[in-house]
Amino acid sequence: MSHPPSEHPHHIDVKEFHPRARAAIADPKIRQNFRRAMDGLISKRKDAFQGMDLDALRDLGANIRLRALANLPDLLEQLETKLTENGIKVHWAIDGDEACRIVRNICVARNAKTVIKGKSMVSEEMELNHYLEERGIEALESDLGEYIVQLADETPSHIIMPAIHKNTGEISELMHNKTGTDRSDDVEYLTASARQQLREKFMNADVGVSGVNFAVAETGTLCLVENEGNGRMTTTVPPCHIAVTGIEKVVGNLEDVVPLLALLTRSATGQHITTYFNMISGPRKPDELDGPEEVHLVLVDNGRSSIYQDDQLLDTLRCIRCGACMNHCPVYTRVGGHTYGTTYPGPIGKILMPHLIGLDEGQHLPTASSLCGACGEVCPVKIPIPDLLVRLRQESVDGDKLNPAKVPGHGAKRSTLEAMVWKGWSWMHARPGAYRFGTAVATRLRKLQPGQLGSWTKYRTAPKLAAKTLHERMKERGQ
Amino acid sequence: MSSRDIILQRLRNRSGGDLVVPERDFSVLQRPASSVAERIDQFQSTIESVHGEVHRCTRDSWITQLADILSSRGASSLLIPAKHEVGRALRESQQDGLPELLIYNEPIDSWQSHLFNEVDASITSTRGGIAETGSLILWPTPDEPRLMSLVPPIHIAILEASELYTSFHEAMLAQNWASGMPTNALLVSGPSKTADIEQTLAYGVHGPKELIILVIE
Repeated sequence: MSHPPSEHPHHIDVKEFHPRARAAIADPKIRQNFRRAMDGLISKRKDAFQGMDLDALRDLGANIRLRALANLPDLLEQLETKLTENGIKVHWAIDGDEACRIVRNICVARNAKTVIKGKSMVSEEMELNHYLEERGIEALESDLGEYIVQLADETPSHIIMPAIHKNTGEISELMHNKTGTDRSDDVEYLTASARQQLREKFMNADVGVSGVNFAVAETGTLCLVENEGNGRMTTTVPPCHIAVTGIEKVVGNLEDVVPLLALLTRSATGQHITTYFNMISGPRKPDELDGPEEVHLVLVDNGRSSIYQDDQLLDTLRCIRCGACMNHCPVYTRVGGHTYGTTYPGPIGKILMPHLIGLDEGQHLPTASSLCGACGEVCPVKIPIPDLLVRLRQESVDGDKLNPAKVPGHGAKRSTLEAMVWKGWSWMHARPGAYRFGTAVATRLRKLQPGQLGSWTKYRTAPKLAAKTLHERMKERGQ
Repeated sequence: MSSRDIILQRLRNRSGGDLVVPERDFSVLQRPASSVAERIDQFQSTIESVHGEVHRCTRDSWITQLADILSSRGASSLLIPAKHEVGRALRESQQDGLPELLIYNEPIDSWQSHLFNEVDASITSTRGGIAETGSLILWPTPDEPRLMSLVPPIHIAILEASELYTSFHEAMLAQNWASGMPTNALLVSGPSKTADIEQTLAYGVHGPKELIILVIE
């Protein structure tokens, strides 16, 4: 079975956020699928942290991530040295294209025609499947959710549950059409069919590609968190394993992964731990009977070293990709993951993607939020997501002298009129006489206030000016 | 300049200057002391909640219990370690009702299809367990290779009750993992599962459909 290259990431115009959001909100099936799934995940997370000192654990998680970021260049070098000692080959890629080329070159050197993949968001970011398939190398997803999404020629709508936007009926129909399984709403049957199909693929794949949850510098260990076992298959059965990861995933000590793992699985799916926690520190040794002969790690920068430059934006790199922020996001739950049109949807996508695609392309992302703060409250490593959203909003209108804008595409939403209005506003508020005169005039002319105030009144009623200014009313009271 | 050097240079010459290196307070991971019996109870209830199966055994009874478990499943073959005590005990036992015993003593390349399609169950030792999360610690070896605990539909693991730790943190420190890791180390906490179809749990999606633990007390 071969899949046509997925062109979705290329097709989707991130800027078309609003039309997609309207369409998603109007679709009861999407809203039901997401509402039900997110409600389930929210309550499971809550149960999983029962009886734990969650705040102290989050503090520890945050400090571990901040500590790793503070030592990032040293840790990356230590990781490289350790992995090399262990027999794992390390590659560095400035961007997604370079990372794709590295993967392909490894495949070409091995004369590999088929690649089987474990779940990896970085490979989605690189659009690796598309790249490989255009060059005649089959890339098959093996995580059940990713497999379904690939059959449908779509992209994941959630970073942990890629096919959450589909219900059983839709999946059954899809598998029937693409793989010839019987139509059935029996999830066990559908799962067993996928197992059978994918086992054949595992046995014949030339290369396995996986992501990495934590890379431990001290021991040179790549950690993978999963439930299905496809990650273990991917990293064990094919003769060559290539792991791809963002440069921020490194931690100093093996001990660091303990609290991060506890936070990750509970935050993501409400599990105390996932079925498999897989720690890989080397290829098959001469006396071992299975495991890949070759293991590679591709360290992908793709904008991360730019994020790293700024003290506030740096917090974006703490993320351990649990997805709790999207599970708890009122906007995400209503519009679904595809509406964002980006590799990472939801709050984490809103603070990460502008760095990868620019604020011009991603100008709707920081504003697709009510700043309710839920994402920041549940983040296991305490990323102040709402603050970062506000920062990116400032960046998109170009910041000010004290805080010069840094994010690519900054200033994309700057309008001369709006800038003038705020300048006038600030001028007036700095001058009491002008302020009193201005508010007095405004109250007198309140009948002339327009009923529609641009996009503000699209879904809201316009605020009305009072008949008297605050000064006037206070004066009256005082008499 | 290589991509490596460009990336490292960008990180080293950070425009924001040096970052504060915060301290880590691991005390939140500390757990009160517990007895072996408490740990077994906790282990059992946690792993049963995720569809694992626990049988409490003694050194004399486990083979009989194993034979019952396997025959109730109709398993006709069992993959066992060649050298480990568990494998030796099985080969030397006169127990009735054990299925055909297979040994993983050739590189996977020569018998992959047989392992994937014909083997009903496997049994491995463990390096201990974790009560809090209901996890088994597996360090595959040449004697018990990686795929042994992954490919057959039933995975049976032998856990010595005395090697049950309270938490992952405790196990890692007690066994001094940081001093050197094997090519592959695993925590296994239940049978393979997925909830990718409408959040409905299904077992055995890629790995074993059943995980059965024989706790030797």
